[in-house]
Amino acid sequence: MKSPIGLGPRGLLLLAALLLVPAYVSPLWRLTMFAPQYQEGLRLDIYSYKLVGGHHGQDTREINLLNHYIGMRDLVAEDFTEFKWLPFVVGVLGLLFLRAVVLGTVGHVLDMAVLYVYFSLFSLWSFAYKLWSYGHDLAPTAAVKIPPFMPPLIGGKQLANFEVYSYPALASYALGGAALALVLALFLSWRVARREAAAAGAPG
Amino acid sequence: MDRQMRFPKRGVAIVALLGGTLLLGRCAPSAPKGSRKAPAAASDLQVAAVKTYVPPGDLDEYYMFSSGGHSGQVYVYGVPSMRHLSTIPVFTPYPGTGYGFDDESKKMLGRFTWGDAHHPALSETSGDYDGRWLFINEMNGRVARIDLRDFKTKEIFGPAPNISGNHGSSFVTPNTEYAIMSSRFPIPIPKGTYAPVEKFATDYKGVAAGIKIDAKTGAMSLGWEVLLPPFDWDLGDAGKGPSDGWFFLSAYNSERATGKLEVTASQRDRDYIVAIDWRAAEKNARDGKGDVVGGVKVLDPKKLPGFVFLMPCGKSPHGVDVTPDGKWIIGSGKLAGITTAFNFEKIQTAIRNKDFSGEEDGIPVLKYESIKDAEVQVGLGPLHTQFGPDGFAYTSLFVDSAIAKWKLGTWEVVDKVPMSYSIGHLAAAEGDTVSPDGKYLVGLNKLSHGRHLPVGPSQPESSQLVDISEEKMKLLYDAFTEPEPHYAQIIKADKIHAIEVYPKEENKHPLAIWDVKDAGVTRQGDRVTVKAVLVRSTITPTSVEVKEGDTVTFALTNIEQTTDELHGFGLLDWNTNIVVDPGETKTVTLKIDRPGVFPYYCTNFCSALHQEMQGYLVVKPR
Repeated sequence: MKSPIGLGPRGLLLLAALLLVPAYVSPLWRLTMFAPQYQEGLRLDIYSYKLVGGHHGQDTREINLLNHYIGMRDLVAEDFTEFKWLPFVVGVLGLLFLRAVVLGTVGHVLDMAVLYVYFSLFSLWSFAYKLWSYGHDLAPTAAVKIPPFMPPLIGGKQLANFEVYSYPALASYALGGAALALVLALFLSWRVARREAAAAGAPG
Repeated sequence: MDRQMRFPKRGVAIVALLGGTLLLGRCAPSAPKGSRKAPAAASDLQVAAVKTYVPPGDLDEYYMFSSGGHSGQVYVYGVPSMRHLSTIPVFTPYPGTGYGFDDESKKMLGRFTWGDAHHPALSETSGDYDGRWLFINEMNGRVARIDLRDFKTKEIFGPAPNISGNHGSSFVTPNTEYAIMSSRFPIPIPKGTYAPVEKFATDYKGVAAGIKIDAKTGAMSLGWEVLLPPFDWDLGDAGKGPSDGWFFLSAYNSERATGKLEVTASQRDRDYIVAIDWRAAEKNARDGKGDVVGGVKVLDPKKLPGFVFLMPCGKSPHGVDVTPDGKWIIGSGKLAGITTAFNFEKIQTAIRNKDFSGEEDGIPVLKYESIKDAEVQVGLGPLHTQFGPDGFAYTSLFVDSAIAKWKLGTWEVVDKVPMSYSIGHLAAAEGDTVSPDGKYLVGLNKLSHGRHLPVGPSQPESSQLVDISEEKMKLLYDAFTEPEPHYAQIIKADKIHAIEVYPKEENKHPLAIWDVKDAGVTRQGDRVTVKAVLVRSTITPTSVEVKEGDTVTFALTNIEQTTDELHGFGLLDWNTNIVVDPGETKTVTLKIDRPGVFPYYCTNFCSALHQEMQGYLVVKPR
């Protein structure tokens, strides 16, 4: 655990840290909706800190306008507590990655991997829960009453006249890349550490 | 015996007569030669069908802006499909878009609810359509400007002082410095002056006006007016290239006749085209020259010689059209059956050499023989000429009911195509610019009888699309329009960049609001302002209570930013019908003169809950 890691894993950790940067500049997730009346599609990009509707923000207004008929709450940035902590947490992770690059031991890498997995799963759950609650917290006074629903987390789904698609976007792929880099770093350093441990454990 | 002899003779005569009748006879044909619908070959029909077919979802290659005549509107067509895309109301209220019902458009229409719109003029840069504005004249001395960014009428200029029967209009100069107005029905000026009709020849005046157009905003103002003889000023065109700087206007009734004009105004063999040096007119006006008539300075060519000249033209000319290269001015004598090509250089030489054959009210008349290059025998009733890219000209023949294609320079007529029926103006693709496109030409016909399903005595007009891309002109398509296109212009679609919603950030209306929370009623004495939000599917406030005797202004903002999400505001039992486009604010002010409860609702279908978009204006009795 205490054995320092090699250059390869350090490089991979640095790469992982760099791969966190897109989370500040490009969307994590993209929702796309098509309907006969919306051939060009309505788009919603979810960043780590903001919502951006397609057509210069117009699509958010349009999605909210349509959703008010089924009693769904408006999608507004204030609702997304994630926007407050996500950029901060990503920053902390980045700093921890860099710390591991410098101080790097197998233990650090393992900590980072565990932390990162936890962060990823929590974020994903948080996002899924958000979708779930938007789809389930429908005003009882809605003009159009529909059974509560879960929008797709990943993939496509037909909801009334809309084809709804939900897919990770660039920043999420980068975060995924960071995860891979982390796993690879862990694997490499673990292997070396084990080999060294084996060598050290051998008589002499 | 004698008798017996006689009978057979008579019998023979009868038989011979019958036989002769049968032999020579045939009856008179039931239709004129060539009138039977040309049995077009199947392949021709297929070619025409393919050339005009714009598949669902595809877009046309050209816009055609057709004047609406006394409907006071402009119709927008797609070419080659000839589909009617929209109607732009200009001089007439149009409930479909709420035009003429809200405060602003009502004010723009002024005291008129009609106008006779004839000649659209697309704005030009260097003699080519630039897709910014469309100007259109109207007989009550007005010219309107339509902004092609939103296809809306933005300004109505006039009625201009001293102009009476503004038919010879609106023809813009190559860089849209000016549009022109002119009097088709001379009157004594200033307006309001009395003079008996018998004094027509001396006391009645023709007037032309240069309408200055602001290069940035398109806003119109009166540039100058020129006093002209009391002829009936009819059509016009601005010079281009070498002839840039001149306006040409045609006139009939150089007889200065009154009464039954169809006879009295058709006695002389020649009428006139006037050439006005508008740069000189501009300079004269700038120098403060001219006499004040009707509140404006009017330049009298008798007192200010050297900038107005008359060109004799074939009897009762209609169209006067400058060729793309600006070298020739084509004048068509409606009752002469010829089209004259005047050479601009020769006109300049004749002016320099004072090569005059007379004068009218102090305006020199240039010698016809000295300024003409050719008389083209185009056919009967030539009216108006448009141009192709390859030196060909196309002249409409009203009496012949046909279009003649002829070559500039060689002056030979090379083809004719019949029109159904009685063509007036014609419009070729960018056919009056410095670079005509060819391809398509539309004949704007006056009569349509028998070419469409019967719709009662009020007949639609006919606009026929002709293929001019090949040597032979070919009729492609019949379209029928509402009354009554005169001239039209055809512009390449990619030159126009139209918006589909009004961007919120451009809305500077002082009463605009963007949140239902800001909607509500404010009162100052008996002045009530209702700030309302229109958005799917509520008009907020949903009810408004006022008192009899109040003056209420509804300020309606459609806060949508989505294409096609228009909302209406119809107030029942009131003459109030407003349509507000996405991002737009409109106001309507009502003097509340009776108590009661009046429903208002969205008139322009918007959403599944459109029906529910309604409310009440509740008026307490005094």
